[in-house]
Amino acid sequence: MTGIAVVGAAETTELGKIPGMSQLMLHADAALNTLADAGLTAKDIDGLATAGERPTDLAYYLGITPSWVDGTSVGGCSFMLHVRHAVAALQAGLCKTVLITHGESGRSRVGAGGYSQSASSLAGQFESPYGTLGAPSTFTLPVLRYMKDYGMSHEQLAMVAVVQREWAGMNPRASFRDAITVDDVLNSKLIAYPFHLLECCLVTDGGGALILTTDERATDVNNAKHAPVYIWGTGESVETPMISQMENLTSSRAFSIAGPRAMKDAGISHSEVDHLMIYDAFAHLPIYGLEDLGFCGRGEAPDFIWERNTAPGGCLPTNTNGGGLSYMHSGMYGMYAMQESVRQMRGVAPAQVQNAEVSVCLGVGGMFGASGCVVFGNMPKP
Amino acid sequence: MGKPARPLPKPTPETQHFWDGCKQGELRLQRCDGCAHVYFPPRPFCPSCSSRAVSIFIASGEASLASYVINHRPHPAWDEPYAIAIVELAEGPRMASNIVGCEQTPECLVLDMPLVVQFEVMSDDISLPLFRPAGDRT
Ligand SMILES: [Zn+2]
Repeated sequence: MTGIAVVGAAETTELGKIPGMSQLMLHADAALNTLADAGLTAKDIDGLATAGERPTDLAYYLGITPSWVDGTSVGGCSFMLHVRHAVAALQAGLCKTVLITHGESGRSRVGAGGYSQSASSLAGQFESPYGTLGAPSTFTLPVLRYMKDYGMSHEQLAMVAVVQREWAGMNPRASFRDAITVDDVLNSKLIAYPFHLLECCLVTDGGGALILTTDERATDVNNAKHAPVYIWGTGESVETPMISQMENLTSSRAFSIAGPRAMKDAGISHSEVDHLMIYDAFAHLPIYGLEDLGFCGRGEAPDFIWERNTAPGGCLPTNTNGGGLSYMHSGMYGMYAMQESVRQMRGVAPAQVQNAEVSVCLGVGGMFGASGCVVFGNMPKP
Repeated sequence: MGKPARPLPKPTPETQHFWDGCKQGELRLQRCDGCAHVYFPPRPFCPSCSSRAVSIFIASGEASLASYVINHRPHPAWDEPYAIAIVELAEGPRMASNIVGCEQTPECLVLDMPLVVQFEVMSDDISLPLFRPAGDRT
Protein backbone atom coordinates (compact mmCIF):
# COMPACT_ATOMS: atom_id res chain seq x y z
CA MET A 1 0.00 0.00 0.00
CA THR A 2 1.09 3.57 -0.70
CA GLY A 3 3.06 5.07 2.16
CA ILE A 4 2.17 8.49 3.52
CA ALA A 5 4.68 11.11 4.62
CA VAL A 6 4.66 14.33 6.61
CA VAL A 7 6.46 16.88 4.41
CA GLY A 8 5.56 20.00 6.39
CA ALA A 9 5.16 20.62 10.11
CA ALA A 10 5.27 23.83 12.10
CA GLU A 11 3.68 25.71 14.97
CA THR A 12 2.63 29.34 15.15
CA THR A 13 5.51 31.83 15.22
CA GLU A 14 4.66 32.66 18.84
CA LEU A 15 3.18 30.47 21.56
CA GLY A 16 1.68 31.52 24.86
CA LYS A 17 -0.07 34.85 24.91
CA ILE A 18 -0.94 36.15 21.42
CA PRO A 19 -3.59 38.86 21.86
CA GLY A 20 -2.77 40.34 18.44
CA MET A 21 -4.17 37.41 16.47
CA SER A 22 -7.68 36.06 16.07
CA GLN A 23 -8.24 32.33 16.26
CA LEU A 24 -8.64 32.16 12.48
CA MET A 25 -5.30 33.92 12.00
CA LEU A 26 -3.60 31.52 14.42
CA HIS A 27 -4.68 28.71 12.07
CA ALA A 28 -3.36 30.73 9.12
CA ASP A 29 -0.07 31.63 10.84
CA ALA A 30 0.57 27.93 11.53
CA ALA A 31 -0.47 27.02 7.97
CA LEU A 32 1.85 29.62 6.41
CA ASN A 33 4.79 28.44 8.53
CA THR A 34 4.03 24.86 7.53
CA LEU A 35 3.74 25.68 3.82
CA ALA A 36 7.11 27.46 4.06
CA ASP A 37 8.56 24.44 5.89
CA ALA A 38 7.43 22.21 3.01
CA GLY A 39 8.43 24.72 0.31
CA LEU A 40 4.84 24.81 -0.96
CA THR A 41 2.06 27.37 -1.37
CA ALA A 42 -1.70 27.17 -0.92
CA LYS A 43 -2.00 26.34 -4.65
CA ASP A 44 -0.27 23.00 -3.99
CA ILE A 45 -2.87 21.95 -1.41
CA ASP A 46 -5.96 20.02 -2.57
CA GLY A 47 -7.04 18.46 0.72
CA LEU A 48 -7.89 20.34 3.91
CA ALA A 49 -8.80 19.19 7.42
CA THR A 50 -9.38 21.29 10.50
CA ALA A 51 -11.29 21.52 13.79
CA GLY A 52 -12.21 24.53 15.90
CA GLU A 53 -12.88 26.49 12.72
CA ARG A 54 -14.72 25.13 9.69
CA PRO A 55 -12.78 23.85 6.67
CA THR A 56 -14.85 26.33 4.64
CA ASP A 57 -13.44 29.28 6.58
CA LEU A 58 -9.87 28.05 6.30
CA ALA A 59 -10.07 27.18 2.60
CA TYR A 60 -11.42 30.62 1.79
CA TYR A 61 -9.03 32.46 4.09
CA LEU A 62 -5.90 30.64 2.91
CA GLY A 63 -6.86 30.55 -0.79
CA ILE A 64 -7.15 26.77 -1.05
CA THR A 65 -9.42 25.03 -3.58
CA PRO A 66 -9.85 21.60 -2.03
CA SER A 67 -11.25 18.46 -3.58
CA TRP A 68 -11.28 16.72 -0.18
CA VAL A 69 -12.19 18.19 3.22
CA ASP A 70 -12.57 16.80 6.73
CA GLY A 71 -14.14 18.75 9.57
CA THR A 72 -14.12 15.94 12.14
CA SER A 73 -14.37 17.66 15.51
CA VAL A 74 -14.19 15.39 18.55
CA GLY A 75 -12.06 17.61 20.78
CA GLY A 76 -8.31 17.96 21.19
CA CYS A 77 -7.41 14.74 19.36
CA SER A 78 -9.36 15.75 16.21
CA PHE A 79 -6.07 16.37 14.39
CA MET A 80 -4.93 12.79 14.98
CA LEU A 81 -8.20 11.65 13.40
CA HIS A 82 -7.56 14.06 10.52
CA VAL A 83 -4.19 12.37 9.96
CA ARG A 84 -5.86 8.95 9.93
CA HIS A 85 -8.55 10.13 7.50
CA ALA A 86 -5.98 11.91 5.32
CA VAL A 87 -3.92 8.74 5.06
CA ALA A 88 -6.99 6.89 3.77
CA ALA A 89 -7.90 9.72 1.38
CA LEU A 90 -4.36 9.94 -0.03
CA GLN A 91 -4.14 6.18 -0.43
CA ALA A 92 -7.52 6.15 -2.20
CA GLY A 93 -6.38 8.93 -4.53
CA LEU A 94 -9.09 11.36 -3.41
CA CYS A 95 -6.47 14.12 -3.18
CA LYS A 96 -2.70 14.54 -3.40
CA THR A 97 -1.56 16.92 -0.69
CA VAL A 98 -3.39 17.50 2.60
CA LEU A 99 -3.05 20.44 4.99
CA ILE A 100 -4.26 19.94 8.59
CA THR A 101 -4.52 23.10 10.68
CA HIS A 102 -5.08 23.99 14.32
CA GLY A 103 -5.25 27.42 15.92
CA GLU A 104 -6.79 28.42 19.20
CA SER A 105 -7.02 31.64 21.12
CA GLY A 106 -7.40 29.63 24.33
CA ARG A 107 -6.06 32.32 26.62
CA SER A 108 -6.75 35.65 24.90
CA ARG A 109 -10.09 34.48 23.43
CA VAL A 110 -9.71 36.68 20.34
CA GLY A 111 -12.22 35.62 17.70
CA ALA A 112 -12.83 32.39 19.57
CA GLY A 113 -16.21 30.75 19.91
CA GLY A 114 -17.65 30.07 23.35
CA TYR A 115 -18.03 26.73 25.07
CA SER A 116 -21.76 26.62 25.54
CA GLN A 117 -23.71 23.53 26.36
CA SER A 118 -27.41 23.14 25.86
CA ALA A 119 -29.44 22.35 28.99
CA SER A 120 -31.15 19.62 26.98
CA SER A 121 -27.93 17.88 25.91
CA LEU A 122 -27.00 14.68 27.71
CA ALA A 123 -24.30 16.38 29.78
CA GLY A 124 -26.56 19.42 30.26
CA GLN A 125 -29.21 17.22 31.82
CA PHE A 126 -27.13 14.67 33.66
CA GLU A 127 -23.83 16.29 34.70
CA SER A 128 -23.98 20.11 34.70
CA PRO A 129 -26.76 20.30 37.35
CA TYR A 130 -24.28 18.86 39.85
CA GLY A 131 -21.74 21.65 39.44
CA THR A 132 -19.26 20.39 36.85
CA LEU A 133 -17.32 23.47 35.86
CA GLY A 134 -15.26 22.83 32.76
CA ALA A 135 -12.45 20.32 32.47
CA PRO A 136 -10.69 20.85 35.84
CA SER A 137 -13.65 19.57 37.86
CA THR A 138 -14.89 17.05 35.29
CA PHE A 139 -11.93 15.37 33.57
CA THR A 140 -10.56 14.69 37.05
CA LEU A 141 -13.66 12.85 38.31
CA PRO A 142 -12.53 9.22 37.82
CA VAL A 143 -9.12 9.55 39.46
CA LEU A 144 -9.99 8.85 43.12
CA ARG A 145 -11.41 5.54 41.85
CA TYR A 146 -8.08 4.76 40.19
CA MET A 147 -6.22 5.76 43.36
CA LYS A 148 -8.29 3.44 45.55
CA ASP A 149 -8.33 0.49 43.15
CA TYR A 150 -4.60 0.55 42.40
CA GLY A 151 -3.13 2.27 45.45
CA MET A 152 -1.76 5.30 43.59
CA SER A 153 -0.55 7.96 46.04
CA HIS A 154 -0.95 11.73 45.76
CA GLU A 155 2.84 11.90 45.45
CA GLN A 156 2.78 9.57 42.44
CA LEU A 157 0.17 11.72 40.69
CA ALA A 158 2.29 14.81 41.43
CA MET A 159 5.37 13.09 39.98
CA VAL A 160 3.82 13.21 36.50
CA ALA A 161 4.02 17.02 36.61
CA VAL A 162 7.55 16.96 38.07
CA VAL A 163 8.91 14.76 35.28
CA GLN A 164 7.28 16.81 32.56
CA ARG A 165 8.72 20.00 33.98
CA GLU A 166 12.16 18.39 33.65
CA TRP A 167 11.53 17.97 29.93
CA ALA A 168 10.15 21.51 29.65
CA GLY A 169 13.35 22.80 31.27
CA MET A 170 15.19 21.77 28.09
CA ASN A 171 12.72 23.49 25.77
CA PRO A 172 13.15 27.24 25.16
CA ARG A 173 9.58 27.50 23.83
CA ALA A 174 7.98 25.92 26.92
CA SER A 175 5.76 28.21 28.98
CA PHE A 176 6.99 26.92 32.35
CA ARG A 177 10.62 25.83 32.64
CA ASP A 178 11.67 26.12 36.28
CA ALA A 179 12.21 22.78 38.02
CA ILE A 180 9.55 21.73 40.55
CA THR A 181 9.38 19.07 43.26
CA VAL A 182 6.61 16.74 44.36
CA ASP A 183 6.13 18.99 47.40
CA ASP A 184 5.81 22.05 45.15
CA VAL A 185 3.01 20.29 43.28
CA LEU A 186 1.22 19.14 46.44
CA ASN A 187 1.55 22.63 47.96
CA SER A 188 0.14 24.37 44.90
CA LYS A 189 -3.45 25.53 45.07
CA LEU A 190 -6.16 22.87 45.21
CA ILE A 191 -8.26 23.11 42.05
CA ALA A 192 -10.48 20.04 42.34
CA TYR A 193 -9.32 17.58 45.00
CA PRO A 194 -7.24 15.49 44.42
CA PHE A 195 -5.89 17.86 41.72
CA HIS A 196 -3.61 20.81 42.41
CA LEU A 197 -2.84 23.68 40.08
CA LEU A 198 0.43 22.12 38.85
CA GLU A 199 -1.42 18.93 37.91
CA CYS A 200 -3.66 20.87 35.50
CA CYS A 201 -2.74 22.07 32.01
CA LEU A 202 -1.82 25.59 31.03
CA VAL A 203 -4.17 27.82 29.07
CA THR A 204 -2.38 29.47 26.16
CA ASP A 205 -2.77 30.72 22.58
CA GLY A 206 -1.15 29.02 19.62
CA GLY A 207 -1.48 26.78 16.62
CA GLY A 208 0.17 24.17 14.46
CA ALA A 209 -0.22 22.52 11.10
CA LEU A 210 0.90 19.47 9.14
CA ILE A 211 1.17 18.70 5.42
CA LEU A 212 0.82 15.08 4.30
CA THR A 213 1.35 13.52 0.91
CA THR A 214 2.14 10.13 -0.63
CA ASP A 215 5.71 8.93 -0.28
CA GLU A 216 6.27 8.99 -4.07
CA ARG A 217 5.26 12.62 -4.12
CA ALA A 218 7.19 13.36 -0.93
CA THR A 219 10.46 12.91 -2.78
CA ASP A 220 9.26 15.53 -5.32
CA VAL A 221 8.76 18.15 -2.60
CA ASN A 222 12.24 19.41 -3.31
CA ASN A 223 12.13 22.65 -1.39
CA ALA A 224 11.18 21.11 1.94
CA LYS A 225 13.41 22.09 4.83
CA HIS A 226 13.39 18.62 6.38
CA ALA A 227 13.44 15.01 5.25
CA PRO A 228 9.97 13.40 5.29
CA VAL A 229 8.62 11.73 8.41
CA TYR A 230 6.43 8.71 7.73
CA ILE A 231 3.04 7.67 9.07
CA TRP A 232 3.31 4.02 10.08
CA GLY A 233 -0.08 3.50 11.69
CA THR A 234 -3.21 5.22 12.97
CA GLY A 235 -6.22 4.50 15.18
CA GLU A 236 -9.34 6.26 16.40
CA SER A 237 -12.41 5.79 18.55
CA VAL A 238 -15.01 7.62 20.65
CA GLU A 239 -16.73 6.60 23.87
CA THR A 240 -19.06 9.00 25.70
CA PRO A 241 -19.84 12.72 26.09
CA MET A 242 -20.21 12.17 29.86
CA ILE A 243 -17.28 11.08 31.98
CA SER A 244 -19.70 9.61 34.55
CA GLN A 245 -20.69 7.09 31.87
CA MET A 246 -17.23 5.71 31.01
CA GLU A 247 -17.42 1.93 30.87
CA ASN A 248 -14.55 1.76 33.32
CA LEU A 249 -13.47 4.71 35.49
CA THR A 250 -9.86 3.47 35.53
CA SER A 251 -9.33 3.02 31.78
CA SER A 252 -10.30 4.84 28.59
CA ARG A 253 -12.10 2.61 26.11
CA ALA A 254 -11.23 5.03 23.29
CA PHE A 255 -7.50 4.89 24.23
CA SER A 256 -7.69 1.09 24.35
CA ILE A 257 -9.03 0.94 20.82
CA ALA A 258 -7.16 3.78 19.08
CA GLY A 259 -3.73 3.10 20.59
CA PRO A 260 -3.34 -0.65 20.05
CA ARG A 261 -4.93 -0.32 16.58
CA ALA A 262 -2.31 2.24 15.53
CA MET A 263 0.52 0.10 16.86
CA LYS A 264 -0.84 -3.02 15.15
CA ASP A 265 -1.23 -1.03 11.93
CA ALA A 266 2.40 0.05 12.27
CA GLY A 267 3.50 -3.52 12.89
CA ILE A 268 5.51 -2.55 15.97
CA SER A 269 5.92 -4.04 19.41
CA HIS A 270 6.27 -1.94 22.58
CA SER A 271 10.04 -2.46 22.68
CA GLU A 272 10.39 -0.80 19.26
CA VAL A 273 8.93 2.51 20.49
CA ASP A 274 11.68 5.07 21.09
CA HIS A 275 9.52 8.06 21.94
CA LEU A 276 6.01 8.52 23.29
CA MET A 277 3.56 11.41 23.47
CA ILE A 278 0.40 11.10 25.59
CA TYR A 279 -1.92 14.09 25.56
CA ASP A 280 -1.72 15.38 29.13
CA ALA A 281 -4.49 17.85 29.87
CA PHE A 282 -4.22 16.64 33.48
CA ALA A 283 -1.64 14.57 35.35
CA HIS A 284 -3.59 11.32 35.24
CA LEU A 285 -3.66 11.09 31.45
CA PRO A 286 -0.14 9.70 30.98
CA ILE A 287 -1.02 7.05 33.60
CA TYR A 288 -4.18 5.96 31.80
CA GLY A 289 -2.40 6.20 28.44
CA LEU A 290 0.62 4.08 29.43
CA GLU A 291 -1.72 1.33 30.63
CA ASP A 292 -4.25 1.52 27.80
CA LEU A 293 -1.43 1.42 25.23
CA GLY A 294 -0.04 -1.64 27.00
CA PHE A 295 3.33 -0.18 28.04
CA CYS A 296 2.38 -0.93 31.65
CA GLY A 297 0.04 -3.46 33.26
CA ARG A 298 -3.05 -2.25 35.13
CA GLY A 299 -2.05 -0.15 38.11
CA GLU A 300 1.64 -0.19 37.19
CA ALA A 301 2.01 3.19 35.44
CA PRO A 302 2.36 5.28 38.66
CA ASP A 303 5.42 3.22 39.70
CA PHE A 304 6.75 3.28 36.13
CA ILE A 305 6.71 7.08 36.14
CA TRP A 306 7.93 7.34 39.74
CA GLU A 307 10.94 5.21 38.80
CA ARG A 308 11.79 7.79 36.09
CA ASN A 309 11.22 5.55 33.06
CA THR A 310 9.48 8.39 31.19
CA ALA A 311 11.90 11.08 32.45
CA PRO A 312 15.08 12.35 30.75
CA GLY A 313 17.47 9.40 30.66
CA GLY A 314 14.64 6.86 31.09
CA CYS A 315 13.83 3.95 28.78
CA LEU A 316 10.63 5.50 27.39
CA PRO A 317 11.04 9.29 26.93
CA THR A 318 7.49 10.67 27.15
CA ASN A 319 6.02 14.13 26.57
CA THR A 320 9.46 15.49 25.77
CA ASN A 321 8.22 18.98 24.91
CA GLY A 322 7.00 19.41 28.50
CA GLY A 323 3.44 18.48 27.58
CA GLY A 324 0.20 20.27 28.20
CA LEU A 325 1.25 20.63 31.83
CA SER A 326 4.34 22.75 31.05
CA TYR A 327 4.82 23.37 27.30
CA MET A 328 1.53 24.84 26.14
CA HIS A 329 -2.16 23.93 26.00
CA SER A 330 -4.50 26.00 23.87
CA GLY A 331 -7.50 23.75 24.54
CA MET A 332 -7.09 21.30 21.66
CA TYR A 333 -3.53 20.17 22.41
CA GLY A 334 -3.33 17.17 20.07
CA MET A 335 -1.61 19.11 17.29
CA TYR A 336 1.31 20.07 19.59
CA ALA A 337 1.81 16.45 20.64
CA MET A 338 2.14 15.49 16.95
CA GLN A 339 4.47 18.44 16.28
CA GLU A 340 6.82 17.10 18.96
CA SER A 341 6.67 13.57 17.49
CA VAL A 342 7.60 15.02 14.08
CA ARG A 343 10.47 17.06 15.58
CA GLN A 344 11.78 13.94 17.31
CA MET A 345 11.58 11.94 14.05
CA ARG A 346 13.34 14.77 12.20
CA GLY A 347 16.01 14.81 14.89
CA VAL A 348 15.51 18.50 15.65
CA ALA A 349 13.66 18.49 19.00
CA PRO A 350 15.04 20.72 21.77
CA ALA A 351 15.21 17.65 24.03
CA GLN A 352 16.15 15.24 21.24
CA VAL A 353 16.01 11.53 22.01
CA GLN A 354 19.18 10.08 20.47
CA ASN A 355 18.61 7.70 17.54
CA ALA A 356 14.83 7.83 17.90
CA GLU A 357 13.22 6.05 14.94
CA VAL A 358 9.63 5.38 16.08
CA SER A 359 7.29 7.72 17.93
CA VAL A 360 3.79 6.91 19.22
CA CYS A 361 1.44 9.86 19.72
CA LEU A 362 -1.81 9.28 21.66
CA GLY A 363 -4.49 11.96 21.84
CA VAL A 364 -7.64 12.46 23.88
CA GLY A 365 -10.77 14.36 22.89
CA GLY A 366 -13.36 15.81 25.23
CA MET A 367 -13.01 14.23 28.65
CA PHE A 368 -12.11 10.64 27.78
CA GLY A 369 -14.74 11.13 25.07
CA ALA A 370 -12.55 10.35 22.06
CA SER A 371 -9.07 9.27 21.06
CA GLY A 372 -6.79 9.31 18.06
CA CYS A 373 -3.36 7.74 17.81
CA VAL A 374 -0.61 8.13 15.19
CA VAL A 375 2.65 6.17 14.91
CA PHE A 376 5.42 8.15 13.20
CA GLY A 377 8.68 6.75 11.82
CA ASN A 378 11.83 8.50 10.57
CA MET A 379 11.94 6.13 7.56
CA PRO A 380 9.30 4.53 5.36
CA LYS A 381 7.37 1.78 7.12
CA PRO A 382 9.42 -1.40 6.67
CA MET B 1 -29.80 32.92 49.39
CA GLY B 2 -28.95 35.47 46.76
CA LYS B 3 -27.16 32.70 44.87
CA PRO B 4 -28.26 32.18 41.29
CA ALA B 5 -29.91 28.84 40.64
CA ARG B 6 -27.72 26.01 39.51
CA PRO B 7 -27.93 25.07 35.82
CA LEU B 8 -31.06 22.97 35.53
CA PRO B 9 -31.75 20.25 33.00
CA LYS B 10 -34.14 20.82 30.15
CA PRO B 11 -35.92 17.49 29.60
CA THR B 12 -36.37 16.06 26.13
CA PRO B 13 -39.19 13.71 25.08
CA GLU B 14 -36.82 10.80 25.73
CA THR B 15 -35.95 11.87 29.28
CA GLN B 16 -39.23 13.43 30.44
CA HIS B 17 -40.32 10.30 32.34
CA PHE B 18 -37.11 10.38 34.38
CA TRP B 19 -37.58 14.00 35.45
CA ASP B 20 -41.30 13.43 36.09
CA GLY B 21 -40.25 10.57 38.35
CA CYS B 22 -37.79 12.72 40.28
CA LYS B 23 -40.60 15.23 40.87
CA GLN B 24 -42.67 12.42 42.38
CA GLY B 25 -39.79 11.10 44.47
CA GLU B 26 -39.06 8.13 42.23
CA LEU B 27 -35.70 7.30 40.68
CA ARG B 28 -36.72 5.72 37.38
CA LEU B 29 -34.41 3.49 35.39
CA GLN B 30 -35.01 1.46 32.27
CA ARG B 31 -34.59 -2.24 31.64
CA CYS B 32 -34.53 -4.03 28.30
CA ASP B 33 -37.42 -6.48 27.93
CA GLY B 34 -35.24 -8.68 25.76
CA CYS B 35 -31.76 -8.82 27.29
CA ALA B 36 -32.56 -7.43 30.79
CA HIS B 37 -29.84 -4.77 30.51
CA VAL B 38 -30.44 -1.90 32.97
CA TYR B 39 -29.17 1.45 31.73
CA PHE B 40 -28.94 5.19 32.30
CA PRO B 41 -29.32 7.94 31.08
CA PRO B 42 -32.82 7.36 29.67
CA ARG B 43 -33.54 6.58 26.03
CA PRO B 44 -36.37 4.61 24.46
CA PHE B 45 -34.18 1.71 23.30
CA CYS B 46 -31.59 -0.65 24.70
CA PRO B 47 -27.97 0.46 24.10
CA SER B 48 -26.85 -3.13 24.56
CA CYS B 49 -29.03 -4.95 21.98
CA SER B 50 -30.78 -2.07 20.09
CA SER B 51 -34.28 -3.32 20.97
CA ARG B 52 -37.03 -0.71 21.33
CA ALA B 53 -38.87 -3.00 23.77
CA VAL B 54 -37.83 -1.50 27.10
CA SER B 55 -39.65 -0.85 30.39
CA ILE B 56 -39.37 1.81 33.03
CA PHE B 57 -39.04 0.69 36.65
CA ILE B 58 -38.45 2.37 39.99
CA ALA B 59 -34.92 1.88 41.29
CA SER B 60 -34.19 1.15 44.93
CA GLY B 61 -32.45 4.49 45.40
CA GLU B 62 -29.49 2.70 46.94
CA ALA B 63 -26.04 3.51 45.64
CA SER B 64 -22.38 3.67 46.57
CA LEU B 65 -19.78 6.40 46.08
CA ALA B 66 -17.75 5.44 43.00
CA SER B 67 -15.56 8.55 42.67
CA TYR B 68 -15.61 12.31 43.15
CA VAL B 69 -13.71 15.58 43.10
CA ILE B 70 -14.02 18.47 45.53
CA ASN B 71 -14.18 21.59 43.41
CA HIS B 72 -12.37 24.63 44.80
CA ARG B 73 -12.94 26.98 41.88
CA PRO B 74 -15.77 29.48 42.22
CA HIS B 75 -19.11 28.42 40.73
CA PRO B 76 -21.88 31.03 40.68
CA ALA B 77 -24.44 28.65 42.19
CA TRP B 78 -22.31 26.96 44.88
CA ASP B 79 -20.32 27.80 47.95
CA GLU B 80 -17.03 26.08 47.22
CA PRO B 81 -15.52 23.73 48.06
CA TYR B 82 -18.22 21.29 47.03
CA ALA B 83 -18.04 17.72 45.84
CA ILE B 84 -19.16 16.48 42.43
CA ALA B 85 -19.68 12.75 42.66
CA ILE B 86 -20.14 9.70 40.50
CA VAL B 87 -22.41 7.24 42.28
CA GLU B 88 -22.99 3.64 41.33
CA LEU B 89 -26.61 2.61 41.68
CA ALA B 90 -27.44 -0.77 43.24
CA GLU B 91 -29.02 -1.71 39.88
CA GLY B 92 -25.71 -1.16 38.05
CA PRO B 93 -25.69 2.15 36.16
CA ARG B 94 -23.57 5.07 37.34
CA MET B 95 -24.73 8.68 37.50
CA ALA B 96 -23.26 12.06 38.39
CA SER B 97 -24.70 13.72 41.49
CA ASN B 98 -23.89 15.56 44.71
CA ILE B 99 -23.52 14.12 48.20
CA VAL B 100 -25.64 15.92 50.80
CA GLY B 101 -25.81 15.59 54.57
CA CYS B 102 -22.07 15.06 54.68
CA GLU B 103 -19.07 17.35 55.06
CA GLN B 104 -17.43 17.96 51.71
CA THR B 105 -14.02 16.66 52.77
CA PRO B 106 -11.88 13.66 51.80
CA GLU B 107 -12.23 12.40 55.39
CA CYS B 108 -16.04 12.32 55.24
CA LEU B 109 -16.42 11.33 51.60
CA VAL B 110 -15.17 7.76 51.66
CA LEU B 111 -15.14 5.80 48.43
CA ASP B 112 -17.65 2.93 48.29
CA MET B 113 -19.67 4.32 51.23
CA PRO B 114 -23.36 3.36 50.97
CA LEU B 115 -25.71 6.14 49.85
CA VAL B 116 -29.44 6.65 49.39
CA VAL B 117 -31.18 9.00 46.99
CA GLN B 118 -32.86 12.17 48.24
CA PHE B 119 -34.80 14.43 45.89
CA GLU B 120 -34.36 18.15 46.11
CA VAL B 121 -36.92 20.52 44.60
CA MET B 122 -35.13 23.04 42.38
CA SER B 123 -38.05 24.50 40.41
CA ASP B 124 -41.67 23.77 39.57
CA ASP B 125 -40.50 21.29 36.97
CA ILE B 126 -37.21 19.94 38.24
CA SER B 127 -36.26 18.00 41.32
CA LEU B 128 -32.70 16.65 41.31
CA PRO B 129 -31.69 13.23 42.60
CA LEU B 130 -28.97 13.85 45.19
CA PHE B 131 -27.49 11.25 47.54
CA ARG B 132 -26.84 11.16 51.28
CA PRO B 133 -24.93 8.67 53.40
CA ALA B 134 -27.16 5.65 54.10
CA GLY B 135 -28.36 5.42 57.67
CA ASP B 136 -28.55 9.19 58.13
CA ARG B 137 -32.08 10.46 58.51
CA THR B 138 -32.03 14.04 57.30
ZN1 LIG C 1 -31.27 -5.21 25.31
